[in-house]
Amino acid sequence: MGRRATSIAIACLLAISTAATGAFAQKSGGLLRVTHRDNPPSASIHEEATISTDMPFMAVFNNLVVFEYGARQNRLEQIAPDLATSWALSNEDRTLTFQLRDGVKWHDGKPFTSADVKCTWDTVTGKVDGKMRKNPHKTWWFNIKEITVNGPREVVFHLKEPQPSLLVMLAGGFSPVYPCHVTAAQMRTAPIGTGPFKFAEFKQNESIKLVRNPDYWKPGRPYLDGIEYTIIPNRSTAILAQQAGKFDLSLTGEIPPELVKEIQAAVPEMQCLVQPSNTQGNLLVNRERPPFDDARVRRAMALAIDRKAFSDILSRGVYNIGGAMLAPPEGLWGWSPEYMAAIPGYGADVEKSREEGRKIMRELGYGPDKMMPLKVSTRNVASYRDASVILIDHLKTVFIQAELEPLDSSVWYARLLKKDYSVGMNVQGTGIDDPDVMFFENYLCGSERNYTSYCNPELEKLFHQQSQMKDQDARRKIVWEIDRRLQEDGARPVVFQSQGGTCWWPQVKGLKLAVNSIYNHWRFEDVWLDR
Amino acid sequence: MLSYIIRRLLLMVVTLFGVSIAIFLLLRIVPGNIADILFDSAGLIDPAEKKKIVADLGLDLPLPMQYAQWIGGLLRGDLGFSYVSEKPVIDEILPRIPITARLAGFAMLFSITMGVPLGVISAVRQNSGTDYGLRILSLSGLSLPSFWLGLLILMAFVHYSGTIPIYDRNASGWNWWMLQLIPAAAVGFRSAALIMRLTRSSMLEVLRQDYVRTARSKGLSDGAVTYDHALRNAVLPVITVIGVEAAFLMGGLIVTETVFNIPGVARFLVEAIRWRDYPMVQNLVMFIAFVVVTVNLLVDLAYMLVDPRIRYGS
Repeated sequence: MGRRATSIAIACLLAISTAATGAFAQKSGGLLRVTHRDNPPSASIHEEATISTDMPFMAVFNNLVVFEYGARQNRLEQIAPDLATSWALSNEDRTLTFQLRDGVKWHDGKPFTSADVKCTWDTVTGKVDGKMRKNPHKTWWFNIKEITVNGPREVVFHLKEPQPSLLVMLAGGFSPVYPCHVTAAQMRTAPIGTGPFKFAEFKQNESIKLVRNPDYWKPGRPYLDGIEYTIIPNRSTAILAQQAGKFDLSLTGEIPPELVKEIQAAVPEMQCLVQPSNTQGNLLVNRERPPFDDARVRRAMALAIDRKAFSDILSRGVYNIGGAMLAPPEGLWGWSPEYMAAIPGYGADVEKSREEGRKIMRELGYGPDKMMPLKVSTRNVASYRDASVILIDHLKTVFIQAELEPLDSSVWYARLLKKDYSVGMNVQGTGIDDPDVMFFENYLCGSERNYTSYCNPELEKLFHQQSQMKDQDARRKIVWEIDRRLQEDGARPVVFQSQGGTCWWPQVKGLKLAVNSIYNHWRFEDVWLDR
Repeated sequence: MLSYIIRRLLLMVVTLFGVSIAIFLLLRIVPGNIADILFDSAGLIDPAEKKKIVADLGLDLPLPMQYAQWIGGLLRGDLGFSYVSEKPVIDEILPRIPITARLAGFAMLFSITMGVPLGVISAVRQNSGTDYGLRILSLSGLSLPSFWLGLLILMAFVHYSGTIPIYDRNASGWNWWMLQLIPAAAVGFRSAALIMRLTRSSMLEVLRQDYVRTARSKGLSDGAVTYDHALRNAVLPVITVIGVEAAFLMGGLIVTETVFNIPGVARFLVEAIRWRDYPMVQNLVMFIAFVVVTVNLLVDLAYMLVDPRIRYGS
C-alpha cells in the first residue's frame, strides 16, 4: 500500500513537472520565415486596407488595446490592455479615458506619451494634416469629437454618442499608435513603433525583415529573433517552397481552400486553417442609371442569384452564405440560418425565387424573346472574373442577357468613381467583424467606399441606434434587421463570403488565429520556434 | 571602321531618343496612374484626396514639362525618385542589375553551348536516330512555355529531393551554382532550341558547298572540315539570331524570375508597370533598350571577327 502511494505521488510529481515544463518550454531565438504574396503598397498600416501591409507590419506596433490573444473570436468582451493599462467610460459613456503604460519607448529611443495617441487619432480623423497619402479607415472614427490629454500618461476620447464598438476598432490590427515625431513618408518606408519587433529592411518586391526589439516593454517577449517575409508573387512557387521547408508560415488566407486539401494530402504534418478571409463578393448596381433606377429590376436581379452555386463552384462549398455581416459560426453578427432562410433570395428553393424574378421582369416587358441587354463590369482579376461569369449565367434565368466587361485594376475604381457602370461584380474586404465598421464604411450616405451611393436616411438612424447599444444581444437583432433591409433594397447584394487557408509547419508554436478576422493576430510576441 | 562605329553610336542615340518618347507616351496613354493604383489598394474613391496625391507627385504638370524633367535628370545622372518605394530610383535598380545580368549571361551561355554543338551534330548525322532525337528536343524547346517548364522543374525538385531551387541570397558554393544554372537552363532552353535548329539548317546548306567537298577531297579530317570550314561559314546567321534573342530573352526572364522568385530587374519592371511607377519604368526600359542596342552593335562587330571578308565602312 505504502509503495503504491509512493508511486502515485511520484507519478503526480512527474505530471506536475511535465506540465510545468510544457508551460515554460518556449524556446527563444530563430527566424520565422513567412511567404508573402505581393509588394505591400507601403509599410504604413493607417494608410492601407490590405493584409499585405497589415500582417508584416503589425508586429512593429502596439495598439491602445488588443483582442485577447488566443480567443476564438475577436469580440468586445475579450479586449485586453496594450499600451493602455486600463480604461473607463464616463459622462454617460461619451468619455473614454485611457491610462497609459509607463516606461514604453519607441524603437528610436524616444519616450511614448499621450501626445502620440492624440496626434495619431487627430491625423486619422482628419483634424490635422499628418501628410498621409490615404486614410482608408477614416469612417471608423466618425464618432470621435475630440481627444485631449491629461499629462503624459492619460488620454481622453470625447465621443459624440456612446459607442461600445469603438474599443473593438481600437483593438484591431489597423489601429496602431503612431509616433508623433516621425514623418508620414518614413512611416510608409521604415516605420517606427513600440512593438515587439523593429523594422529592419523593406526591399521592394523582395523581402521585409523585422528584428527582435530587445527593449520591448513586455518582459520575456518576443521569443523570436526576427521575422522575414519573402515576396513570392507566384502562388505555385510559394506553396512548393513552403512544402520544401523553405518557409514556416504562409501569408494568411492566401491559399484557396481546395489547395489546402492538396497540401495536406502531400504533406500530412502541415497544419492548416481555413477561415473567412473577411472578403465578400457583392453585386454593384448603379441605381442612378436606367433601368436600374427601378427597384423592381434590382429586386429581380437579386432573386436570380443562387448563392449556393457560387460557393460550390468557387470553393467546393466552403464559402459562407450570408448578408453584409459575416455568417456564423465564425461571424458574430451574421444571420442565423433560420432567419436567413426567410429572406427573399436566400431560401433553399432557388427556382421559386427565380420564378418571382421572372414574373417581375415579364411585368416590365421582358421575356425569353426579349432579354434585357446588360454589361457586367469587373476587375480583370481571377477572383472577380470567375464570380462575374457565374453571375452572368444566373441573370439569364430572369431574362437578362449580360456580357462581361473585364477592366484593368486601375480603371476599375476610376469607373466606380465616375459611376460609369451599370452592374459590377465586386470583391471587398472588411477589417473587423463589427457592424459599425461594415455599415458606416460601406453603406453610409456619402462614405468613400459606398460605391453604389446607396443612401437610406431611415436605415442610417438604425445604424446609429445599434452603434450606441450596450446590450449586444439586443443590438444583434437590429443588425440582422438592417442587414435584411440592405439585401432587400439591393444596396449591394452579397453573393458569397470568401474563405482562405493559412498553413504552417509544426515547429511554429504559439500561433493562435481568431476565426472571424485575418487582420488582428499578427503581433507574433507569443510565437516561438521549436526547431 | 572607326567611321562605321561612330555612325552606329549616333544611330544608337537617335534610337534611344525614340525609345524615350515612345515609353514616355505609352505609359501615359495606358489607363490609370499611380494615384489610381494607390487608391485601388485602399479601396478609396474620394476625388479630392486623389487630386492631392496627383499634385504631390507632379502628375498634373504638362506632359512636355514632365518629359523634360525626366530627360534632364537622366542626362545629369539623376534617375529620379520612385513613387512607390519613395527612394531614389538608382538605389532600387542598381542592386538588381547584376542578378538579372547573371541570369541572362548564363542563359545565353547555355543556349550557345547547347544549341551550336547539338545543331552541328544533328546536321552531320542528318536523318539518323541522333538527328531525329535532337530535332524532337529542339521542337520541344520551342513549344514548351518557360513558365510551365520552370514550374515543372520546381515540382520535380520538391518531389524527388525535398528541396526547391528558388533564389536564396545566402546561397554559396555548389548550391549557388545550382541556383544560377537551373533557372538559366529554364529560360535558355527556348533559345538553345532555336539556335540548334538554325545551326542545323545552316550547316546542312554549307556542307553541300563545293569548298567543303574540296576540303574533304584534300584529305582533311571530318573534324577539320566540320569545324574549320563548315561551321565558320554557317555560324553567321546564328550570330544574328543570338543578337535578336538577347532582346527576346527579356520576356523569358520576366517569367523565369517570377517562377524562380529571383529579385531581378525583369520582374521588378513588371511590378513597376503595374504600379505605374513612371520614373522606375522609364529608366528601366531605357536601360534595357541601351543593352539591346549595344548587344546588336557588338553582334555586328563580331561578324568581322568570324568572317574577315566583311569590312564595314569601306
